[in-house]
Amino acid sequence: MNAPTRPRMRDTRITLAHGGGGKAMRELIETVFTSAFEPASMEDQARLTDAALAQPGARLAFTTDSFVVDPVEFPGGDIGTLAVCGTVNDLAVGGARPLWLSAAFIIEEGTEIALLERLVASMKAEARAAGVRIVTGDTKVVGRGCADKVFITTAGIGVIPPGRDLRADAIRPGDVVLVNGLLGDHGTAILTARGDMALSADIRSDCQGLGHLMEAVLAAAPGVRAARDATRGGIASALNEMAEAAGVAVELDETALPLRAEVRGMCEILGLDPLYLANEGTLVLFVPEDQAAAALSAMRATPAGREAVAIGHAHAGIAGRVTLRSAFGGARIVDMLVGEQLPRIC
Amino acid sequence: MCLGIPGQIVGIVDEDRQMAMAEVSGVRREVSVVCVADGPLETLIGTWVLIHVGFAMSRIDEDEAARTLEALRELGEAQEALEAMAAGAAALEGRA
Amino acid sequence: MRYVEEFRDPQAAKSLLSRIAATADAIGATRAKPVHIMEICGGHTHAIFRYGLDRLIHEGVEFIHGPGCPVCVLPRSRVDECVLLAERSEVIFTTFGDAMRVPGTRKSLIQAKAEGADVRMVYSPLDALELARRNPDREVVFFGLGFETTTPSTALTIRQAAREGLGNFTVFCNHITVPPPIRVLLEDPHMMLDGFVGPGHVSMVIGTHPYDFIARDYGKPIVVAGFEPLDLLQSVLMVLEQIRDGRAEVENQYARVVPEHGNPVSLAAIADVYEPRPSFEWRGLGEIDASGLRIRDAYRAFDAEVKFAIGYGAGPRAVAEPEGCACGQVMTGRIKPVACPQFGLGCTPEMPLGALMVSSEGACAAYYQYGGARAASQVQEPAE
Repeated sequence: MNAPTRPRMRDTRITLAHGGGGKAMRELIETVFTSAFEPASMEDQARLTDAALAQPGARLAFTTDSFVVDPVEFPGGDIGTLAVCGTVNDLAVGGARPLWLSAAFIIEEGTEIALLERLVASMKAEARAAGVRIVTGDTKVVGRGCADKVFITTAGIGVIPPGRDLRADAIRPGDVVLVNGLLGDHGTAILTARGDMALSADIRSDCQGLGHLMEAVLAAAPGVRAARDATRGGIASALNEMAEAAGVAVELDETALPLRAEVRGMCEILGLDPLYLANEGTLVLFVPEDQAAAALSAMRATPAGREAVAIGHAHAGIAGRVTLRSAFGGARIVDMLVGEQLPRIC
Repeated sequence: MCLGIPGQIVGIVDEDRQMAMAEVSGVRREVSVVCVADGPLETLIGTWVLIHVGFAMSRIDEDEAARTLEALRELGEAQEALEAMAAGAAALEGRA
Repeated sequence: MRYVEEFRDPQAAKSLLSRIAATADAIGATRAKPVHIMEICGGHTHAIFRYGLDRLIHEGVEFIHGPGCPVCVLPRSRVDECVLLAERSEVIFTTFGDAMRVPGTRKSLIQAKAEGADVRMVYSPLDALELARRNPDREVVFFGLGFETTTPSTALTIRQAAREGLGNFTVFCNHITVPPPIRVLLEDPHMMLDGFVGPGHVSMVIGTHPYDFIARDYGKPIVVAGFEPLDLLQSVLMVLEQIRDGRAEVENQYARVVPEHGNPVSLAAIADVYEPRPSFEWRGLGEIDASGLRIRDAYRAFDAEVKFAIGYGAGPRAVAEPEGCACGQVMTGRIKPVACPQFGLGCTPEMPLGALMVSSEGACAAYYQYGGARAASQVQEPAE
């Protein structure tokens, strides 16, 4: 980035002209987007080379995700942070080292250009922290009401080093379930920021990249079976998917679940289950028992894993069944979520 | 039916409309204190109340809570004593 | 969390469970010949399953899940009326999240929202009032739903609206009361209940005396209970001890929240704003005399039934239950959820046929969510 005299936009809000293919669009792309990303002069088509690709046995990993969130800026992050972290994390939990991202923006007419600049700055900072480059992109403008400020789609490419093979069907009974941090912070932060329920709490989204943490864990515990980024639907959904793919049962220990007081409070008030609250920087890992301690200490040594803890284990019960054992021995089934979790008063 | 949760009154929002700020485990929400107020609202600060749909519905009686917990504790001790006796009896039987 | 964590102590739960087992043995309760205890309140049903109490407790104690889930007992005709209100272009329809997925004859509120109706979930009727203040050109309707716990909140909100002279706020009143259906259940010759766990949060409003008839006229014990696991277990123990001693009394386990005579401000607000309807329809139980409330004439300006001409009883009444749905029998305790021919097959939380599968405190949803699905497959496999 060598643009100390960065041009400013003349407009303060997006108009349909910014999507029209003419001068206004060019100005938008150059001042707001390409100047922030690398390389500074972004082309429609990225041509990629990396030494990692040339290693015999290395595999490409490729993923995509779309991001919509209301509000687009919230304590602990914004939709830009999410768009980078989400795709980086999808790659990382598959064992890939994330390298390149694309970013496509659908922008609502009337959106403040200053907002877009803030989002782009977040993306740039997050990409730099994760060690990925945003190498291609696109923008479209839609009429007022046809989108909610801005929607972002990112795709990511990474390289899985030779010999690494993380997959849910490798999970075995006896494996330990680890998480890297506190559960439900993102969901609670968004609920609070949205303001519909008029609840306030000092809580930030956990939105963070997990690439460095995954590399640290894999170095310390090469036997890691599988990892999953527990986003929408919370860890309950991630664990159900993994248990089903592996054909094992999973039992969680309620007393071990790492939950912030505010998340507990929010759940008690609104009748929500924290296991289903969204996270944006939380992963679940299945590790053979004899490597669990090594994996935990490696996680705890990284910024994204300071609160890492074991929360349960896989066992040879009913395939796909996830249960939660309460402090006094009762157990309940933790099923997949049906629809959206709604606040309740009953 | 009727999710209710204990919260503590931590501030007064609007004396006129009888609205106060309640806190539940670090989460704050304005609640109506019409049902629990008697006198100036300041006297409510620090009080624990049972909150339902944005209303403080009942003051929590600290003494009653302590009494219930005490009864539970005594019951636990009595049960332990009973079990110890039963275990002792079983051990005796085993020896016989 | 104060007043919560203390009542979730595992060690105390263990002692209570042992004491319950000893008491159940003393009165000769067995799996084949269990003591039937109805927890009236859906919140208790939810807690029983959330903490797995049904599996921990002595096998001679069987929970019968009562009618205390307001969305479960709401007749489909009323859901249809909600949808009609929500579909009016001038209306912002506000509701607790609980009601969003309850199926009407045509659709649920969540489906109406998807089709363009302005339906908004709120945490409090006060939030609906705030919407009315902020949207003077729209009609804000609040779906007043629930038992005596919730009734004061809508009564007080209506009074606030009256004080402010708000002309665009109404309540669609579907409030119901706990004691009348209990009497209906006790009058049912098929009913085999031995005692009740009483609804704690309803009782903080109405006190414990409205249950006197249960002990006095029907000779059944009732213990008003809190919602934490220790509260529930202690209450079950108190019911069993009454049975063992041949007593039938109204006892209050939840004295930290429930005053004997309830909350005078709440009771006065209810009496001021509402009056009993001659009768109201309960899903699964039918029409019950004086079991529902309507808004008094003095507050008719805030009555959605008046403003939008939805008189109760004006439309076709008693819309039939969907075919094969046994919600009524489940709700009266005549059959267990898993014995319903549709349980887990034609009726699941994804595609609920009956209301008991919709609400998280409905007995069927609780069974399904917290472990009943396995029980169901065991029950139903031989039939297939």
